[in-house]
Amino acid sequence: MNNLEVPTSIDARFFSKGAIILSFLTLVGVLGYIYRLVYGLDAATNLDNQFPWGIWISVDVASGVALAAGGFTTAALADIFHRSKYHSLTRPALLTAMLGYTFVVVGLLADLGRYYNVWHPVLPSMWQGNSVLFEVGLCVMIYLTILYVEFFPIVIEKFLGHVNLPGVLAKYNSLVESFLKISKRTLYRMLSLFIIAGVVLSCLHQSSLGTLMVIAPYKMHPLWYTPILPLLFLLSAISVGFPMVIFESILSSWSFKLKPETKTLASIAKYTPILLFIYLSVKIGDLAIRNSLGYLAEMNIQSISFIIEIGIGVIIPMLILFQRTKRYSIKYLLISASCIIFGILLNRINVFLIAYTPPFSTGYYFPSFIEIAVTVGLMSGLILIYRFMVIHLPVISMHVDRRRSDRPGVKSDIVSGPSKSASTKKG
Amino acid sequence: MNKDRRSFLKVSTAVTAATASLVPSVSEASNDYCQEHFDNAFGVLVDTTVCVGCRNCELACNQQNELSEQPDDHFSDKSVFDSRRRPSVESFTVVNSSHDSESSDHESYGKIQCMHCNYPACVSACIVGALTKCGHGVVSWDAWKCIGCRYCMVACPFQIPAYEYKEPLEPRVMKCTFCYDRVHDNKKPACVESCPVEALTFGKRKDLIKLAHSRIESNPDNYYDHVYGEKEIGGTSWMYLASTDFINYDLPKLKEEQIPQMTETIQHGIFKSFLPPLALYGFLGLVMHSIRQDKKKEAENNEQS
Repeated sequence: MNNLEVPTSIDARFFSKGAIILSFLTLVGVLGYIYRLVYGLDAATNLDNQFPWGIWISVDVASGVALAAGGFTTAALADIFHRSKYHSLTRPALLTAMLGYTFVVVGLLADLGRYYNVWHPVLPSMWQGNSVLFEVGLCVMIYLTILYVEFFPIVIEKFLGHVNLPGVLAKYNSLVESFLKISKRTLYRMLSLFIIAGVVLSCLHQSSLGTLMVIAPYKMHPLWYTPILPLLFLLSAISVGFPMVIFESILSSWSFKLKPETKTLASIAKYTPILLFIYLSVKIGDLAIRNSLGYLAEMNIQSISFIIEIGIGVIIPMLILFQRTKRYSIKYLLISASCIIFGILLNRINVFLIAYTPPFSTGYYFPSFIEIAVTVGLMSGLILIYRFMVIHLPVISMHVDRRRSDRPGVKSDIVSGPSKSASTKKG
Repeated sequence: MNKDRRSFLKVSTAVTAATASLVPSVSEASNDYCQEHFDNAFGVLVDTTVCVGCRNCELACNQQNELSEQPDDHFSDKSVFDSRRRPSVESFTVVNSSHDSESSDHESYGKIQCMHCNYPACVSACIVGALTKCGHGVVSWDAWKCIGCRYCMVACPFQIPAYEYKEPLEPRVMKCTFCYDRVHDNKKPACVESCPVEALTFGKRKDLIKLAHSRIESNPDNYYDHVYGEKEIGGTSWMYLASTDFINYDLPKLKEEQIPQMTETIQHGIFKSFLPPLALYGFLGLVMHSIRQDKKKEAENNEQS
């Protein structure tokens, strides 16, 4: 039974070799971020009047939101559709979504010319119901709040009964304790309401991110310009949700030297090829209906980028994951999940940058060093905080025998899931 | 007859009202405006066949809007016509020479600036309503509201708004203001007033459309038979006459369909009285509840057996 898998904090050193490299990259990113704040967008970026949006929008914001889709897709599967065997995956997915959206906001702030006005859409006097961006902004704000609320029980679990504030604050221990107790009682009762709201809000803004570019029909390449762009964005976000969870789960078991949860991952991966197939059919069908398939033969940067996006990002992983034996192989799971994540990342870059061809542009946009440094720094920072939280909070679920395996799991081919007999003592 | 007509009108208005309430249309989305509204709004007719490329309008614009200071001879320098220029933070309007290749000795000029669309994509896009279109036809920008997302620049089909990227703290969206204060004081915009050859005509939009068509009619050999901006993307306040294709004056080929129509239809469809999101919420709640009940029953059955 599943209740043998209990989320626990992990006994590991924070500063592994990888974490040190990531810390360095984060530091470079932070310096780049400060440089942008002090000297402005012109000094820090390659943006101009022809290309007002660069990688901070297409990667940090658009791809960030898409790749955080693991949160709502897993919540829908495990909590709403009660596929309880996937419960072990919900917490890592939730943490990724929470940190992912937080970093989306941090990345967006770097890009906004007047970042200190970011709260303006909250004011009813500035509501602008016709603006797609307004809807995206408001949905993201509410959803981020909901993600924090959904995550709070994990914090409660960790500290309830162990509140121990340092120094002068110690006298508030009992106060905090009772606050946690009350929140636990109310939160646990209301959590399903929040979970459903999270799924609804995700569907709304994941699709609306696609609607954003529908307002620029004369600037978008026909391979990507379609009125059903919102539907494509929603379908692709749903498709990338589970692969993202699989990708992270494999990487963290590798990093923490845990046995990978092959059985659960293989099981959740069975949905992915079907979702990819639906996405692919709608995308190709749309191209055909719009008589735009011919543009694929143009062999310019747009058509090549489109072919890579579909070939590597959708078709190859779909064909791999349709085979049951390959789903039970950690190697193939990791390969296909990486392909899908790459595909979605490339899709968002394609829609926001490669497809964006304004009629009177005099040059091309390529990100500056600082733009790349900030983007890489944000990703590294996210992974570091994820690592820190996983070490200290009960996020990753473990069987007793998951705790120590001397071999990194990635090498193992076709392994069966954690054996039940070894873990029956637990509980 | 009269009665028939009245009843017909009644029925047709009822039908229109009913359809309007069912289909989220643009007239609903941008309900501040109607055709009459646009007729009485102000506009400018640019006759590129008259323009001599003196660049006085650029100078007047620079002074009126207190843009960056330029050397004295800057605005009389004709070498700028060697390349195509775009409006920028330093100049809200620029004159380009048309590369009309067939008749090489014939050079014609046209100025470009914000077109002040009837259904502006930038206004529809703006996240906080910092961009607005007023009754006089002016599309203006409110510094205080702006968050600097630059979605207006993405949305603009004429690729007009420029951004003060160099400003680290208070960057502005820079574009033609249609001399907002002057127009509201019943004065001509600075560029129109400065034009020595009356290539620019300021007036009510409907009068300008009439004027444009009469010019084409009275001199059909001189004009390309089209008033650019009359119908493009639902009409613009600034309109153009030319002797050749308008693309030579950096005016892109656009359809009559208003640009915000598609996104606003999608948005208002999804959020029609918040019904679709609420329905999804209800549906998911129902699924969650019923599966939970099933599982409970299953568990009870298992215990009993």
